[in-house]
Amino acid sequence: MRVLTGLFTSSLADVRMEAARCLHELSHSNDPAVAEACLPATSYLLTYLSGHSVEFTELCVYTLGNLAVESETVRKQLLPQGIIPALASCLQSPHVAVLEGLGYLLPQLLQATEDPATILPLVLDSALPLHMLRLVSSNLELGMGVAVEFAWCLHYVVCSHVNNGLLISQGIVSTLVLLLLDLASAVVEGATEGLELLLCPVLRCLSNLLAEDEPESCKVQMQDERLLVAVFLFMQRFLQQHPFLVQECLWLLNNLTADEPIFCSALLTLDLLPALLQLLPCSGTVTLLALTVLCNVAEKGPAYCRQLHQKAVLPSLLSTLALSDAQVVGQSLELLHLLFLHLPEAAADFLSQAGLQALAQHRDNPPLQERVRALEERYLQPAAATPVSPIRASAAALPS
Amino acid sequence: MLLPPGLSLSLQAERPLLPVRPRSPPRAPFCFSARRLRFHRQHEFFEDGDIHRHLYLQDILTNVTEVTERSKVSEFSCHIVGCCQVFDTLEGYEHHYNTLHRNMCSFCKRSFPSGHLLDTHILEWHDSLFQIMAEKQNMYQCLVEGCAEKFKSSKDRKDHLVKVHLYPSDFRFDRPKKAKSIKHSKPHFKRDVSVPMDVNVETCEQSQADSMEICPSESTENPTQLASGPIPSVQEKQLYKSRIPSTVCFGQGASRGFKSLKKKA
Repeated sequence: MRVLTGLFTSSLADVRMEAARCLHELSHSNDPAVAEACLPATSYLLTYLSGHSVEFTELCVYTLGNLAVESETVRKQLLPQGIIPALASCLQSPHVAVLEGLGYLLPQLLQATEDPATILPLVLDSALPLHMLRLVSSNLELGMGVAVEFAWCLHYVVCSHVNNGLLISQGIVSTLVLLLLDLASAVVEGATEGLELLLCPVLRCLSNLLAEDEPESCKVQMQDERLLVAVFLFMQRFLQQHPFLVQECLWLLNNLTADEPIFCSALLTLDLLPALLQLLPCSGTVTLLALTVLCNVAEKGPAYCRQLHQKAVLPSLLSTLALSDAQVVGQSLELLHLLFLHLPEAAADFLSQAGLQALAQHRDNPPLQERVRALEERYLQPAAATPVSPIRASAAALPS
Repeated sequence: MLLPPGLSLSLQAERPLLPVRPRSPPRAPFCFSARRLRFHRQHEFFEDGDIHRHLYLQDILTNVTEVTERSKVSEFSCHIVGCCQVFDTLEGYEHHYNTLHRNMCSFCKRSFPSGHLLDTHILEWHDSLFQIMAEKQNMYQCLVEGCAEKFKSSKDRKDHLVKVHLYPSDFRFDRPKKAKSIKHSKPHFKRDVSVPMDVNVETCEQSQADSMEICPSESTENPTQLASGPIPSVQEKQLYKSRIPSTVCFGQGASRGFKSLKKKA
C-alpha cells in the first residue's frame, strides 16, 4: 500500500491514473480488511476531489464510495478528514460523470448503519442540502442520472428524520412538488425511460415530509390538486411494468387524503374513484393502502360516503371480503363501518347484494370476528337496515 | 387501469369542496382513524423499491470499471512551453494537463492537486509578508478545506492534521519549506528504484526542501532508466529528449501568482 500510495501521488499523470485504477479495483473487494488497508490513501483521494481531471476525479469518487460502503472504520476516518466540505465543493463541478459519482458516494455515507445522528447533522449543517436540491431538479441540463442520484440522497436524509424542518425551510417541498408535476407531464408525453428511478425517491420524500407535524407551511405548499392527478397518472403508467411504484404512490395518496378534505373531495369530483377501485384486486400492500385511502375519504362524512356509494364501492368491497388476507378483510370491515355509520341506506344495499354471506365466512376468525358481529348487530339487522328514503321522509313531513 | 378521459393537469375551474363532518374517535371494536404514515429508513415498506434501485446501481458500477478504449488520434505534444510529453489520446492529454499544468505556481512552477493547496503554498512560500506576520500571529492555515484553524508553525499544523484530521504524518502535500529556495535540480540525486517520487528519498536535499506538492523535476518517466545518472538540468535535458520523454515542465501553464490571492481576499 505504501508503494501504491507513492504511485498515487506521482508527478507522472499517467502513473497517478493507473494507481487510481488499482485503488478502484481494490475498493471493489468484499473483504472489509482490504478496504481498511486502503486507509492510507483516503487523504489523497479527498484532496484529489478538488482536481480538474474528470476521469481521474470520477475514479477517486467511486473508490471513496466503495471504501465507505465496506467499512465503518473508513467512514469514521473520512469524516474528520473533511469529506463533507470536500463534497460540497466537488458538487460544484459541471461534469456530469463526477456529479453522478458523487451521487453514488454520498448515499454510502448517508446510509451508514451507524448512528445517523453522527453524519447527518454534519451534512445538514453544510452546503450539501442546497446543492442536492439544485441537482435534483437538473434533469434537463445534466441528464436524468444526476437527478436520480441526488433524489436518492435526499430520500436517505429525509427518511432518517433528523431535521426535516431545516430542509423544509430550504424549499425542499416546493422543489419536489414542481419536479413531480414535471415528471407527470413527461408521462403524459410518453417520455418515461428510466423515470421510475427518479420518481420513487421523490414520492418517498414528499410522503415523509407531509407526515411531519411542523411546520404548517409544508402542508400548505402541498395543497395542489394537480398532485392528485399526477399520482394517478403514475399509477396507470407503471402498474404493469414497475408495480412497486404503485404502493409508493398510494402512500403519498394516503398522506394527502388523511387530513385534508380538499384531496378527498377532488378524488371524487375528478372521477378518480373507479381507477382506485381497480387497484383493489392487486396484492396485499396495494390493496390495503387503497382501502385505507377509501377509509380516509369515508371518514370525512356523509357527503363523501354518498359519493362512494353512488360510484359503486360496495361491489368492490364484496370482492375484497372474499380474500384470505386478514388485514385486507379487516380494513374492508372498517370501511363498511364508516359507510354504514354515515349512510344507512348503504347497509340495506349491502344486504341486498348478499353481504351477510360475504361476512359470514369471517365470523369465526379471531382478528375479525368482533368487527363482523358489530356490523351485523348494529347495521345489518333487518329492521335497523330499513333505509329512510328521501321521498318518504319529505312525504312524512308534509302536512297530511 | 382506466382514467377518465380528458383528465388533464390544468384545472380550469374551482372545484367544489364537499362538506366535511368533524372527526370523531372510532367506535369500538372499530379502530380506523385517518393518519399520515411516516416510514423510517429501515422500514420493510421500502424493500421493493430498494431492490430495484440496487439492481440499477450494480449495472452502473460495472460500467465505471471498464476502461473504455479511447479513440486514438495522431500523436501530438503538450503545448506548454518546455513540456515535451506526447499523447495519442485526447483524454490522456486532458488528464496530464489537469494534473501538472493546472494549479501551477508561477513562481516556482510546482503544480498542486487543488487551488486551495496552491493558494496556501503561494502564501507561505512566496509572500514576503507572510514570515513577518507569522511571527506575530498564527498564520499557517489547516490544509483541510472547511477547517478554519491556523497555527504558529508548519509543525503545529502538521500535528493538527495528524491528530484531528487523521492525516498520514508523511502527507505528501505538506512538506515544510527549507530556508533555501531551490530553482534548479542538484546534480547529486539518488533515486529509489521502486518509486519515482517518494518520501524515502531523503538523501536528496532537493526533495526535502521541496514544498507541499509534487516537484516535477524530481521525477523521471521511467524509473528503470537510472543508467543515465543524475537528473539533467533544463539545458542538458534537451539532449536526452529522444531517450527520456520526461515530464520535466517549466512552462507557464494555468499558473497563478500572488496577485490572484490578493484578488480573492
